[in-house]
Amino acid sequence: MSDGWRVLITGIAGGLAARLARRLSAHEGVDLVVGVDSRLPSHDVAGTRLVRADMASPVVGEVLERDGIDTLVHLDITATPGDIGQRSRKEHNVIGTMQLLAAAQRAPRLRTVILKSTTAVYGSDAGNRSMFAEDVTTHADSGYAKDVVEAEGYARVLARRREGIVVTVLRFANLLGSGIDTPFGRYLALPVIPTVLGYDPRLQLCHTDDAVEVLYQACLDTRAGIYNVAGSGVLYLSQAARIAGRPTVPVPLPLVDVIARLVRRSRMVDVPTDQLRYLSYGRVADISRLRTLFGYEPAYSSRATLEAFLSEEGITPLVDEARLRALERRAVSVVRRLATDEHPRPAVDTPEARHGRA
Amino acid sequence: MGERERRLAEVIAIDRTVRQRCAQSLPTGGSCRNWAGPSGRCRIHETAQPAAPDPVDDDGPVDPARLEQLVAGVLSFLRRRVTGDYDVDVFGFDRDLTEQVILPLARPLYGSYFRVRTTGLQHVPDEGGALLVANHAGALPLDAIMTKVALLDEHPAHRNLRELAADLALRLPVVGALARKTGNTVAHDDDAVRLLSGGELVGVWPEGFKGIGKPYSQRYKLARFGRGGYVRVALRAGTPIIPVAIIGSEETYPIVGNVRWLARLLDLPYFPITWQFPLLGPLGVLPLPSRWLIEFGEPIEVTDLPNDAADDPMLVLELSDRVRDTVQHMLYRNLMGRRSVFL
Repeated sequence: MSDGWRVLITGIAGGLAARLARRLSAHEGVDLVVGVDSRLPSHDVAGTRLVRADMASPVVGEVLERDGIDTLVHLDITATPGDIGQRSRKEHNVIGTMQLLAAAQRAPRLRTVILKSTTAVYGSDAGNRSMFAEDVTTHADSGYAKDVVEAEGYARVLARRREGIVVTVLRFANLLGSGIDTPFGRYLALPVIPTVLGYDPRLQLCHTDDAVEVLYQACLDTRAGIYNVAGSGVLYLSQAARIAGRPTVPVPLPLVDVIARLVRRSRMVDVPTDQLRYLSYGRVADISRLRTLFGYEPAYSSRATLEAFLSEEGITPLVDEARLRALERRAVSVVRRLATDEHPRPAVDTPEARHGRA
Repeated sequence: MGERERRLAEVIAIDRTVRQRCAQSLPTGGSCRNWAGPSGRCRIHETAQPAAPDPVDDDGPVDPARLEQLVAGVLSFLRRRVTGDYDVDVFGFDRDLTEQVILPLARPLYGSYFRVRTTGLQHVPDEGGALLVANHAGALPLDAIMTKVALLDEHPAHRNLRELAADLALRLPVVGALARKTGNTVAHDDDAVRLLSGGELVGVWPEGFKGIGKPYSQRYKLARFGRGGYVRVALRAGTPIIPVAIIGSEETYPIVGNVRWLARLLDLPYFPITWQFPLLGPLGVLPLPSRWLIEFGEPIEVTDLPNDAADDPMLVLELSDRVRDTVQHMLYRNLMGRRSVFL
């Protein structure tokens, strides 16, 4: 066995995991990339050895030990398990992570564990500070975010129990970009975007290119600790809709639940109820630790992430900006003509001229 | 007396200089006995800043070039809004919207309705962070809006004031979103320090709901200044505190009663009965046209205090009391120089 990196990635069926696996396989210092998932990958994962199993199954523990895995990348925490109900989502995320990390604790050569987390762990509320740093106490109370908080807890326990294992927790903002299908992306791609009446959340987005790069660097370098990962800057939801050129339909707060259920039933977008608070107040994480301690500067700002996503999805605004600009110029020239025709004034506004008119 | 105590005493020592009286001779033969301001004259006899001449001449038709500029400005603003081509900062401050829509709406209220006059604007720095601490009154936070207009329009550096708001206000639909877009953020230490360290002008009304919802009989008597959190913020950011006294806000909605059960029902901190509301029905939402004065006081520097001063609750409370006394002082002084509430 040579000294190269030996990486195991859970959730290899996902787009982000597939891209990370390809990126790692291309690195000459990486000897082995193993991908674990109970589903078949829909993306190209050439160069990755696939293990079709649930991450909680004993098979994963065997692989960790037998193949001398030194880097575990845990990406298999899902916000929307599709047809699976609420309980099995929690079963998968929380119990799955617990079993996986328990197996990791026994893996002899393991030295790096990377957990994909989310900024949703900070929650969304009007009384919250405007920017969350990593040391803020997480207070997610329901759903996916709560699952992630618990998964982070197991990762912390692992770091405490096994000396020599470096745990990196990456809290990503809403991911958008090629090869990844997220509920939020589907929401933004709706022909008409429903919003909560009277509220306009601040959004922070993260491009998948940046996400893959940060995961990749975390695999190859030791970066202990928690890092928020997001593009710089924020957008308002209303602004995002304008950039996408999509009309918004403000829904009164008492009706939001009903509409969300209808939308979910129509199978267009799965809007988890814990997202509704996010759609009211938004959330912004502070990425200065990513910049200084981790040493990564995101290539895409939140706005650039959205624009890249829109052009990839082929979403073109209803109103073309160039046409608007042309219209604007025409209107201004019409005004100019009207104003000068109706009120011919001397070129030089002398007191005499003024007096004569009065 | 230790080094710390000595510094504390210096900082807390209240301005004891003897106040001069205005020496303006009056038509009656005597001289004015009002307290003099920094210019040596009282509020009344201090020469008011000559109003800027109105750029639009009313006698003739609108200048075509101006009209064109106006139309072009409005159209380009609309285009930016429709295509989302504007920037907001991480706190959600939408400068474009604030300066193009909200401020023009507030200006008539500022100039013609309340006829706001400002003094001491030279105490507000042209750049860099400073924490403005003001009195709060009048059922609705009109005082915050007027201070914002004053600093953007009348300060030579045209500064945008960033207000610290209660989370309850930010939670309200429409109002909360609008507040964030116009530069408000939640009154949280982290937010305030971040803004101040970023060189922003931050405004805080530490009396909070106790101040804005107090009855008319208590007018211009400052309520408790919270727990002095704003002092901690200024100490952590190392920025000066500028006391601000706002005269006129108390008379906009004179509160004579508070319907507690209705407030509780609506989840509001108070439900005011004012002279005009609900007596005058829908007209009751109009503020009374009091004449306003906003005085910006001399900055209180905090940089010479020890580094761990922010963690010393005694020092924070004492500094807070000092700021409160200063604002109260400024209020009384200006009230004495006031001729009439409305004229």
